[in-house]
Amino acid sequence: MRDFLRARLRQGTATLRYPDPALRLPERFRGLPAVRCEHAAPGSAEELVVLSGGKPRADLGRCLFSPEESASLGGGPLEFGGDHRLAGSGREDLLVDAEIPRVEALEGRMRSLFGRSLRLRSVSAGSCNGCEAELVALSNVVFDLARFGVQFVASPRHADGLVVTGAVSINMREALLETYEAVPEPKLVIAVGACAIGGGPFRGSPEVMNGVAELLPVDLHAPGCPPHPLTVLDGLLRLLGSV
Amino acid sequence: MTVRATSDLRNRWAVPRASIPDVGPEEFRGALLAAIGAGGRFVAYFGMPEEAQHVRIYAVVEDELARLAAISTRVLDRFPSLTPDCSSASRFECEIAEQCGVEPAGHPALKPVRRHPPDHLPSGRAAPAGFDRNAYPFERIESHDVHEVGVGPVHAGIIEPGHFRFRAYGEEVLDLEIMLGYQHRGVERLLETLPPRRGVLVAESIAGDTVIGHAEAYCAAYEALGRARKSPRAQAIRGVALELERLANHLGDLGAMAGDVAFQPAAAFLGQLRGDCLNLLMMLSGNRYGRGLVRPGGVLFDVPEPMADEIHRRLEALAEGLRPVLDLLFEHAMVQGRFEGVGVVPQAWCQSLGLVGPVARACAVARDVRHDHPFGIFRFAHLPIATAWAGDVLARALVRRLEAQRSLDFLLERVRSLPRGEPRVPCEALRPDELVVALTEGWRGEIAHVVVTGGDGQVARHKVIDPSFHNWPALGAAMAGNQISDFPLCNKSFNLSYAGHDL
Repeated sequence: MRDFLRARLRQGTATLRYPDPALRLPERFRGLPAVRCEHAAPGSAEELVVLSGGKPRADLGRCLFSPEESASLGGGPLEFGGDHRLAGSGREDLLVDAEIPRVEALEGRMRSLFGRSLRLRSVSAGSCNGCEAELVALSNVVFDLARFGVQFVASPRHADGLVVTGAVSINMREALLETYEAVPEPKLVIAVGACAIGGGPFRGSPEVMNGVAELLPVDLHAPGCPPHPLTVLDGLLRLLGSV
Repeated sequence: MTVRATSDLRNRWAVPRASIPDVGPEEFRGALLAAIGAGGRFVAYFGMPEEAQHVRIYAVVEDELARLAAISTRVLDRFPSLTPDCSSASRFECEIAEQCGVEPAGHPALKPVRRHPPDHLPSGRAAPAGFDRNAYPFERIESHDVHEVGVGPVHAGIIEPGHFRFRAYGEEVLDLEIMLGYQHRGVERLLETLPPRRGVLVAESIAGDTVIGHAEAYCAAYEALGRARKSPRAQAIRGVALELERLANHLGDLGAMAGDVAFQPAAAFLGQLRGDCLNLLMMLSGNRYGRGLVRPGGVLFDVPEPMADEIHRRLEALAEGLRPVLDLLFEHAMVQGRFEGVGVVPQAWCQSLGLVGPVARACAVARDVRHDHPFGIFRFAHLPIATAWAGDVLARALVRRLEAQRSLDFLLERVRSLPRGEPRVPCEALRPDELVVALTEGWRGEIAHVVVTGGDGQVARHKVIDPSFHNWPALGAAMAGNQISDFPLCNKSFNLSYAGHDL
């Protein structure tokens, strides 16, 4: 017992303050991008940059945040910044040029039901396990999602919403729909990662659906490959109206 | 005739396809049975479509002395199955049947591996009509006393999808059958059809916790076919990233196993240390799993001296915190009591099922690509192989502990003494009509990418074998005789990849 206490004392506290204006991710982190179309190698901007409101914008839902997409690292059409706040409400909110996507906070009944206590069920459907690993990390002592009133639960019947990861493989389609059916109304769907939003690196394969939006209405998108835990945390907190 | 152990088939060494013996199906079978019977094992065994509705079947075996050899045959719609005389061939042959639409005649238990229509069918051959993804023939035990427990594909935690069917007598598991394929995304077809610029991103997404391992094997294959010679510096940085990935995952696994036996003092802290390793990969590559670092020809990011010093400093701090928590975990009687004797893998299975990685090493089978087929930095830096002998959860935990320690030692020694050289060199066009076997020791075990080019210099076949493909049958078999309630712990001690298996 003494050993336990000594070990715990030595381990100290690791939990990150959030939000923290002083937070800086490492220099090489590829976050919120700006469009640099003029530098792009021909053919590299395919569907990554779209015209919206008469202006070229980066589609965060199609972005894999890879060096190949970066103008300075790999001749791509984007230049990545250091901001991890990438989540957006609607699919169109993910079309940006260096501005943080809009997340519409829940209102009315949804806010009063979920604002201080949100229970989520994770469904992994045609992923690589990267996004799942980051969802698990969200519950560790560093990110400590539970302090914000958000927790992952075992049964969809205990859940207020689904967190879907993966491009939705044909083999998981039915299980995903059944899990969604089992969640009581009103319910949320949160698409985490490039695959769940638009198929990610597997887009176009006949074995996937190119994302969850082909099957279910999505309330929050968290881009990334995989999204940094802070990206998901920020999206959830803005959805709940707590930051 | 035996499978010729030619000296020219080596890890990451491309050879002309014509140099690989091409024999008749019966001779193919006989040669492979002799090779496996003499203590060899399958590294790869797969089909690829050829002209005139034929399928070319390649087998790559490793003999007892860790020498690689390959053999091939050409078949129309069926070939004699090896499985009746060689159990480790079973799942490879099921896969060949599923991908290429040819029948391994005489296979005693032909089942779908991933439940998808054939995606490597020779042109001109018709796909099966009325294909049903849900038609999976589960084994049955007919008895009033035996009940079945079905779990998944949606599990209780944040886990990948898979279906487990226990057949139990009371609490005692008689047998566990595992149906996979839910994560099937069509990875191999994507690797064969996408331009390399996008292909490498798919390779990094074969298993999201093994980004470096799979990217390393993928790039090694392209480098061999494109005759690129990486600089010593690039090799060292890739080695550092591979060991960081191993360290992160082994610590995470030990933490998860501690959590499964409700030993919180270790579970929470090991989870935190795992995060520290991921943050080092982030510092290196801009991504917590190392995406974007490994590319054909070397690495995209160099390690400047101040960064190397910072990594070294942080690893020293990690090492200091790690030792007491691991002592606490392994010296506690409650933890030992729960780990010991659960999920035992007998050593004989390592041969009969062809097991790899920490699962095999926990049965005193010293099998490690870094040692047996050294590549890159591991030709100069020799990491001792970590083994244990009991084959149970405790042995698998011990192997992880030892390997984590050795990876840490390697990192502390190497990260501040990186050799000189360009981070990345260009790759030439791929050589036509060649075959390369690229092996890497990922943290789960042997990762194999076998790439075959056609006469046009394009990739004709890209076969991916994640260590999980070899090891999944061992989890099902190891559960027999255990309690159902021991499954989560046993499962965690294997921690196999669904995505890596399902592709």
